[in-house]
Amino acid sequence: MEETTLNNDIHVKLTERFGEKITAVSEPYGLLTFVTYKDVIINVLSHLKEELKFNFLTDITAVHYPGKDHGIAVVYHLHNMVEKVRIRIKVFISEQNPTIPTATTVWKGANWMERETYDLFGVKFEGHPDLRRILNMDDLGVHPMLKQYPLEDPNRVDKKDEFFGR
Amino acid sequence: MNHNHPVFTDNDPQSELVTLNLGPTHPATHGVFQNVLQLDGERIVSGVSTIGYIHRAFEKIAEHRPFYQITPLTDRLNYCSSPINNMGWHMTVEKLLNIKMPKRVDYLRVIVMELSRIADHIICNTIIGQDTGATTTFLYLFQFREHIYEIFEEVCGARLTTNIGRIGGFERDFNDIAFAKINKFLKEFPVALKEFENLLTRNRIFIDRTAGVAEVTKETALEYSWTGPLLRATGVDYDVRVSDPYSSYQDFDFEVPVGTSGDIYDRYLVRNEEMWQSLRIVEQAIEKLKSEPKGIFHADVPEFYLPPKQEVYNNMEALIYHFKIVMGEIDAPKAEVYHAVEGGNGELGFYLINDGGRTPYRLHFRRPSFINYQMFAPMSEGMLLSDAIINMSSMNIIAGELDA
Repeated sequence: MEETTLNNDIHVKLTERFGEKITAVSEPYGLLTFVTYKDVIINVLSHLKEELKFNFLTDITAVHYPGKDHGIAVVYHLHNMVEKVRIRIKVFISEQNPTIPTATTVWKGANWMERETYDLFGVKFEGHPDLRRILNMDDLGVHPMLKQYPLEDPNRVDKKDEFFGR
Repeated sequence: MNHNHPVFTDNDPQSELVTLNLGPTHPATHGVFQNVLQLDGERIVSGVSTIGYIHRAFEKIAEHRPFYQITPLTDRLNYCSSPINNMGWHMTVEKLLNIKMPKRVDYLRVIVMELSRIADHIICNTIIGQDTGATTTFLYLFQFREHIYEIFEEVCGARLTTNIGRIGGFERDFNDIAFAKINKFLKEFPVALKEFENLLTRNRIFIDRTAGVAEVTKETALEYSWTGPLLRATGVDYDVRVSDPYSSYQDFDFEVPVGTSGDIYDRYLVRNEEMWQSLRIVEQAIEKLKSEPKGIFHADVPEFYLPPKQEVYNNMEALIYHFKIVMGEIDAPKAEVYHAVEGGNGELGFYLINDGGRTPYRLHFRRPSFINYQMFAPMSEGMLLSDAIINMSSMNIIAGELDA
């Protein structure tokens, strides 16, 4: 229960500062989750870091929801090590123009996490010092974690996914 | 300094710098990753890290597999301590499914996880010894990793890529031989670890090579999202086992060792002390198991826990559950969950989104090696090449975890 009130505090403080830019607040498994927008994401992150003591960037990744207006969600996990609270922030960006400001201005450690996200999802982090592919080869040409790319060659007849319950 | 693009100066007769390809298959890197270094004599002027040599697209593969088939993928992340990865994954799914484990299972898991932490730290610390020129320590302590693998073999049948346990518990109970081997290990390992420490900890050459080398401040470490022994060596007492206890770690009495300067010597000391603490935890777990009811090795959740094979052939419910689990038809809530465990190298996180399909909609691994390693090239600048090598071995970069 303690964590819930703490989450509530954070929610209230964020809403005071950012108002309607903080939406879709939920708490799956006790982890405060909200959606914000890419014009304020860096302000939100630095506000969380400086004012609310979320000093630690746990992770940056993305999720692809094909067929939606804003089909790529960039997901940030932050951690307040003093009060032992985690928080999850999502920003939905358009699939056609997947750009978002870089978080490397807030945490240097965001560098490779964003490179990985760029490599796998094609999210372009504006202002990133070194936005290159990191895991895949440079001339791959696609961003393989997007849902339109199948795991295996779709023309194979011996391994149709439906036979394997996939 | 330019970290962006490797510069090769071999063809430039005017250049005073030498380009050195450290890796991808250099014996000193202990794994497949490349660093293109610019050397001025023996000093590193700049470096560019290239990774991805064993990228196997686990996150993509995981989107096409039911939950129980993802366990073998997690084996191959940090393959020096696969049981921690396995358990981390099981616990993530259990968190999603709201399954609560019996205490006995928690303790068995703690035993397995702490043993693999010891195995992981043995590798790292002996290799620091090896890279500073002390082969004895490597050869001497490494046999105990073998003993730990024998324990795993007794529990699950495999040694390195263990695939240990199931979602909902273990596949079978620990047998008497396993406990006998654990007890034997608990008796023999402290003696060897003490001798290992006698060989290195106050060794003049070792201290000269490691103390004050690659110092990292707390602020930098946090800025770069370091976790695990590397972060603790800088003086931040962050350990997932304590800050966010899972698998009943709150029942155990242990300490979180921290260093002061974050140099290689501190990392070595922190890892060594963690091995002692892990031994303490295993001892306590063995003790606690005595007061738990015998024979419980999984939670009572037939709809999520794979039934034994003879049940599948003889019992209709078991057959149905078996079919549903294997085909990924389990009734999992549509939700997203983040679960972190303290892996050998730091916070190993699993970010799982389930949309009610047969497979995860998205699974992301927060891999400590990947995030720790990004600081290697910047921090190598101005360092001697031989120091950078031991710096790399003290970071314990595991290629599988680096590349996923």
